[in-house]
Amino acid sequence: MSAVTVNAKINGDPVEFVCEPDETLLDVLRNRLGMTGAKEGCSTGDCGACSVTIDGRLTCSCLVLGAEVEGLNIGTIEGMANGEKLHPLQKKFLEHAALQCGVCTPGFLVAAKSLLDHNPKPTETEVRFALAGNLCRCTGYDKIVRAVMDAAAEMRRA
Amino acid sequence: MPLDNTESQTRKFKVIGTRPIRPDGIDKVTGRARFGADAVAPGMLIGRVLRSPHAHARIKSIDYSKAMKLAGVKAVVTKDDFPDKTDGDAALYDVLYNVMAREKALYEGHAVAAVAATSAAIAKQALKLIKVDYEVLPHVTDVDEAMKPNAPVLHSKIFTDGVEPKPKKASNVVRRYEFGHGDVDAGFKRADIVIERHFRTEATHQGYIEPHACLANVGPDGQGELWVCTQGHFMVRDTCARLLGMDITKLRVTASEIGGGFGGKTTVFIEPVALALSRKANRPVKVVMSREEVFKATGPTSSSSIDVKIGCTKDGRIVAGDATLRYQGGAFPGSPVEFGAMTAFAQYDLENVRAVGYDVVANRPKQAAYRAPGAPMANFAVESVIEEMAHKVGMEPIDFRIKNAAREGTHSSYGPVYGPIGLLATLQKAREHPHFRAPLGKNQGRGMACGFWFNFGGQSCVTLNVGVDGTVGLVTGSPDIGGSRASMCLMAAEELGIPYDKVRSVVADTGSLGYNDVTDGSRTTFATGMACILAARDAIKKLCARAAQIWGIPEDAVVWENGHARPAGANAGNFEPMSLKEIAAQAPSTGGPIAGHHEYSADGAGVSFATHICDSEVDPETGFTKILRYTVLQDAGKAIHPSYVEGQFQGGAVQGIGWALNEEYIYGKDGRLQNAGFLDYRIPVCSDLPMIDTVILEIPNPGHPYGVRGVGETSIVPPLAAVANSVSAAVGVRMTETPISPPKLLKALESLGGMKKAAE
Amino acid sequence: MRYERPNTLQAASQLLAKEKGSAYVLAGGTDLLVRLRTGFVEPDLIVDIKRVAVTRTIAKGATGWKIGAAVTGAELGENAALKKAWPGVVEAANLIGSKQVQGRCTMTGNLCNASPAADSVPALVAAGAKAVIVGPKGRRTIPVEQVPVGPGKTSLKKGEIIESLLLPARPARSGDAYLRFIPRTEMDIAVVGVGVSLTLDAKGVVKDARVALGAVAPTVLLVPEAAKAIIGTKLDARAMDALAAACSAACKPIDDKRGTKDYRIKVAGVLAKRAARIALDRAKGSK
Repeated sequence: MSAVTVNAKINGDPVEFVCEPDETLLDVLRNRLGMTGAKEGCSTGDCGACSVTIDGRLTCSCLVLGAEVEGLNIGTIEGMANGEKLHPLQKKFLEHAALQCGVCTPGFLVAAKSLLDHNPKPTETEVRFALAGNLCRCTGYDKIVRAVMDAAAEMRRA
Repeated sequence: MPLDNTESQTRKFKVIGTRPIRPDGIDKVTGRARFGADAVAPGMLIGRVLRSPHAHARIKSIDYSKAMKLAGVKAVVTKDDFPDKTDGDAALYDVLYNVMAREKALYEGHAVAAVAATSAAIAKQALKLIKVDYEVLPHVTDVDEAMKPNAPVLHSKIFTDGVEPKPKKASNVVRRYEFGHGDVDAGFKRADIVIERHFRTEATHQGYIEPHACLANVGPDGQGELWVCTQGHFMVRDTCARLLGMDITKLRVTASEIGGGFGGKTTVFIEPVALALSRKANRPVKVVMSREEVFKATGPTSSSSIDVKIGCTKDGRIVAGDATLRYQGGAFPGSPVEFGAMTAFAQYDLENVRAVGYDVVANRPKQAAYRAPGAPMANFAVESVIEEMAHKVGMEPIDFRIKNAAREGTHSSYGPVYGPIGLLATLQKAREHPHFRAPLGKNQGRGMACGFWFNFGGQSCVTLNVGVDGTVGLVTGSPDIGGSRASMCLMAAEELGIPYDKVRSVVADTGSLGYNDVTDGSRTTFATGMACILAARDAIKKLCARAAQIWGIPEDAVVWENGHARPAGANAGNFEPMSLKEIAAQAPSTGGPIAGHHEYSADGAGVSFATHICDSEVDPETGFTKILRYTVLQDAGKAIHPSYVEGQFQGGAVQGIGWALNEEYIYGKDGRLQNAGFLDYRIPVCSDLPMIDTVILEIPNPGHPYGVRGVGETSIVPPLAAVANSVSAAVGVRMTETPISPPKLLKALESLGGMKKAAE
Repeated sequence: MRYERPNTLQAASQLLAKEKGSAYVLAGGTDLLVRLRTGFVEPDLIVDIKRVAVTRTIAKGATGWKIGAAVTGAELGENAALKKAWPGVVEAANLIGSKQVQGRCTMTGNLCNASPAADSVPALVAAGAKAVIVGPKGRRTIPVEQVPVGPGKTSLKKGEIIESLLLPARPARSGDAYLRFIPRTEMDIAVVGVGVSLTLDAKGVVKDARVALGAVAPTVLLVPEAAKAIIGTKLDARAMDALAAACSAACKPIDDKRGTKDYRIKVAGVLAKRAARIALDRAKGSK
């Protein structure tokens, strides 16, 4: 294997890393950069626990090679709060008890933020379909959907 | 037990029943929480497991010499590294055999060897260099097939227990169980209506999103550490130490945050392997399962084959219930058929009842607990027949159930006489619920079902440390799988009379606290919660003693009220009450640290009942079922943190809906699992579901000071039948197999159409 | 394994042509990375074509639409004009995977993955789409149905890359639709998929139609008998039944973990009617 050197931005900060060409972005984040907020639930793009954005576009980091992100902007759960100020979605997830075990939570938050960035006033059905790529086995999704709708309402008021 | 059992009826709570934010919340919404796979150690190696591609095969030899020669490979282990130290403990031997195959591989995915290497890529390459010589044997994966006399036999040492005379020939039937009372045959003679049906359920997986992961670090002196996602790190410690011949207390196990378990993380799989690799390589070894490994090599639940016969009189009184249940539990004994047989009729008040269960082995992964293990399948069968019988009698199913419901004083089908229980309350509330009378459209139907689970107590050990600033550190040993830290803090705060946010709870490692049973059986809020209450009471005694010392009055002249010590009466003296904070501040000069403690094995767990209502719509041309509305009504005893109680109701219901509609283990003729991934093992996604309405009922459990019953498991029991009953109401076919997948449902609809045409 | 990211398709083609081991084109990667991860493929070379500008653009010309090979599902869904012209094709592409997958997946990848159950392919075949192929011997254009030749196999030769897909300009009074059956509402592979594209004459009679089926044979099927069943009709009940019968008759499915033979045959007919109904409504609504 011939290792690849990559320069990219993660949550706005410049990073440089070296990775093997077959390593996924998820591997790079977790194993090379110590950013373990994105989780590996399946490695086949079916669970959404590794959700990140690339240039503002939601994707599964397990379906991206680390080598591919040269010059691109990666957004992860670690960049969601602004210092000590939580994002409204993070706050509402806590208030609504929209997590039980919490392992799917980073992926849900990244996906929900991506939804609200594109659609500030989603219907329940839109929320449900937008989050269909994120599996949660604990909550039955009820409280997650409520938290997202409530966060959207709060963000519209702000 | 020093508990005032009537207290829960009258007590006015301050913080119990509120919905504060969980203590570990911020970590979990910012990505900081550290789960099983999130740990690293200096010099860490990566471990990988080689697994059998065959469902049943004799392992003639394993040659890993080539793998050891690969640069970067530091250790390889096989069964030879796991000598039998189980000392005649058959169940532990099965765990050992499951962890690493011995003379035979008993299912596709059974571990046969493992490597530790300096990188994941090298470990993966090394697995390919291990040569295993298999003699492939005939296999069996179906429960009914496995029971046949000519079936391939997995174990030569299984001679069915519980039957007379004991068979002389080995078979796959491990044991026969029987529960019940009365005279079933006499009961059926009195029946005006008898319905008998056969049911089958396919195996499902807990489907936790976090694959099993651990990081082991053992030195040649036998001292070691293990970081692991588990429902019970004390269990992991004891099991691993016994399997590997280590001293229990030399192994310190830390429970990581856990990404779901639902019973599936109540045993060991990769943990002893990681420890053995680490010991052999003398370096830390991390092992993380892939999703495929999770499906193929951890513990799904049983598949089942069930016969149910129920008889009732014209006026709707059940006079006899009889069930035969056959559960395959994978390659080793221990399917939850015993619980299936115990729970099958537990929601009814029956004079004559019998449930017989057969525990069967087959060439599938060894089953593990899955939320109310064994109950959903039995409930599906019984509650389907109950619904059909109600229609036949001409009663509304809810009235039929109310008429026959178990109540306080009922002799339960599995033995005990019920104390105060909430089944009737859930049924009555269901009848009053707006869902129950909401209009339905074309191809839509409503079904319901009632379910039961025992709940469990068990061993817990809790320490409560009072800080000099008046805050409280609560040390428990029960992994927090769904928000239990919040409930523990609430109970301690309630007892101490201090605000919730002044209590911080940690889940301690095995070196820091006495033994705690696994977080299972819906035990944690009940048993560990009660230990928190009792540890708080112990601390209060000590706080009162310090106040007495400061005031110079006898200890028994001080009482604790509203978070303050105060003199018990006018005779005790006239002192201003002292707050916990004030007493704590003086601790260094009044005798040192103040801590409460409680250790025990809790009994008195309260059984819990639920009623579920489900509306569905079926597309008669494709067999697609959409869940339109779903309501869970369940007795919680007392809801400590209602949001997390609702969460348990909702999560269990949705797992049950998945089980009912689409989830299944699909085996090929070769005995290999065909859908070992989230693409084709179809757990419900967000867009499949409506909101799940919940109603919490609180009929206090007399065995807990606040009345807590467990809430985690009952919710998965009724959905299979509730969904099946609603589908039946929608399109007129009774589905007797899960999953009620579109091809099966369409086929049933076609044969119904054919029957209708024939009748015309 | 090497990773290359050329700036032109010619360079990409040369890299692929020269490689002695196994080489794969990477666009969205939503299939390739899964195969890589599960050990199903072990490439010696991966050629990422996303930095080639032409693969990233959607262009409308006089003869129709040109959709670059690396245009993602999400980008297709955001192109209002394309969505208006070929709603069935865009909907089909948008059914592939989750929102996360939509951020990466491409129709060309869906085509080249050569799965008989690929969602966008029946819609593309029904639409009469063509693939523009660049290779060592220059360019060629073929109908999309000629790209997959069997499960996981394409007719592309060593060094060949699909540069873009061509969709014809929309005639007046035309509509298309794609429907698939999955047991859940999202995240599944089609058990059956049906694409219908049709054009009406001024009186509302179907004058032209193409019907394609997915997941019922080793490759996506173009079913001329199904088109014949509705051409010359106003899609009345009898024509609909004939359409369904023709679709069911064309199926050559297998029993597998996702569905049974009988089920696929039956549901192909059901979905064909429903898709035709949507296509008809769209044709009536279009100018």
